[in-house]
Amino acid sequence: MAEGWQTALAVAGMALITYLTRAAGLFLVNRLRLTGRAGAFLKAIPGTVLVAILAPSILGGGLPEWVATAATVAVAARFANLPLSLVTGVGLVWLLRVIA
Amino acid sequence: MSAGGLLFDRAGLLEGARASWPVALGVFTYGLVFGALARQAGLGAAGALCMSGFVFAGASQFVALDLWGPNLPFAGLFITTLAVNLRHVLMGAALGPWFSRLTPLQAYGSLFFLCDESWALTLARYARGGAVNGAYLLGSGLIVYAAWLAATLLGRVAVAGLGDPARYGLDFAFTAVFLALLTGLRRGRGDILPWGLAALVSVLAAKALPGKWHILAGALAGSLAAALMWRDGDRSRG
Repeated sequence: MAEGWQTALAVAGMALITYLTRAAGLFLVNRLRLTGRAGAFLKAIPGTVLVAILAPSILGGGLPEWVATAATVAVAARFANLPLSLVTGVGLVWLLRVIA
Repeated sequence: MSAGGLLFDRAGLLEGARASWPVALGVFTYGLVFGALARQAGLGAAGALCMSGFVFAGASQFVALDLWGPNLPFAGLFITTLAVNLRHVLMGAALGPWFSRLTPLQAYGSLFFLCDESWALTLARYARGGAVNGAYLLGSGLIVYAAWLAATLLGRVAVAGLGDPARYGLDFAFTAVFLALLTGLRRGRGDILPWGLAALVSVLAAKALPGKWHILAGALAGSLAAALMWRDGDRSRG
């Protein structure tokens, strides 16, 4: 059990560092006018961040996760409906793990 | 990007909040796990609530519990927090084209609530176009924040019988959300190389590096590829 002051210091330090990471990106792009090549870099971030979050976790899964991945993408591409895609993915993973 | 303000009002706040209930449910289940682990690690209810309320970054909070003990290794804790959350820098930069048109208070206030899920929802919404609103991220973030805090408290004070979310397939909830949002972001063949490289580098980095470095490594590699592929399409050359 950590002492009270240790908890307070840990939380304060983590909070400060985390907020700085949240604010730094906007602070930087507000000061650098990003056009052309740098603008292309910026525009690519949303897709590449999502791919980089997803790829290791999907590859680290098994057949249930891979089937659910394909189904989720198919449903999302067809219906563009987030809750429906979510229910499809989670439901299928759950079902396939129960069967397997 | 043209100068001039971006709308920031109640309607946008509500739109973001309404779009976020599915991810808030997923966040809630992980908040329960965080609360339960906080109890095991010896972090008090007030401490757990403060951490969730002031830090509000799941991955780094789980890492902190891992290090929790009688003598906290502060340097290690802070360096790990920075490493795990450094991806936020890229995410905040990606909001630049819209958030640079808000007042500093609106923009930097909203950014406190930046999390992977709300950020992805917000950018997916902005990519769809139409009447976009600067308050979307705040609305989404507040719902996720409320879910995270409530679940932290509930998990901390009432742990009994809490299983692994994987048992119900809930570990796949975030994967499914991110897959759906990524599907909405695709633009065509120009995505293949940046996304392929991001996938490759993130998979390799996940094997070699701890924590969340793979997100930063993969996203940087993929976005650099997109920058290198860039052609000045607006002006005809020579």
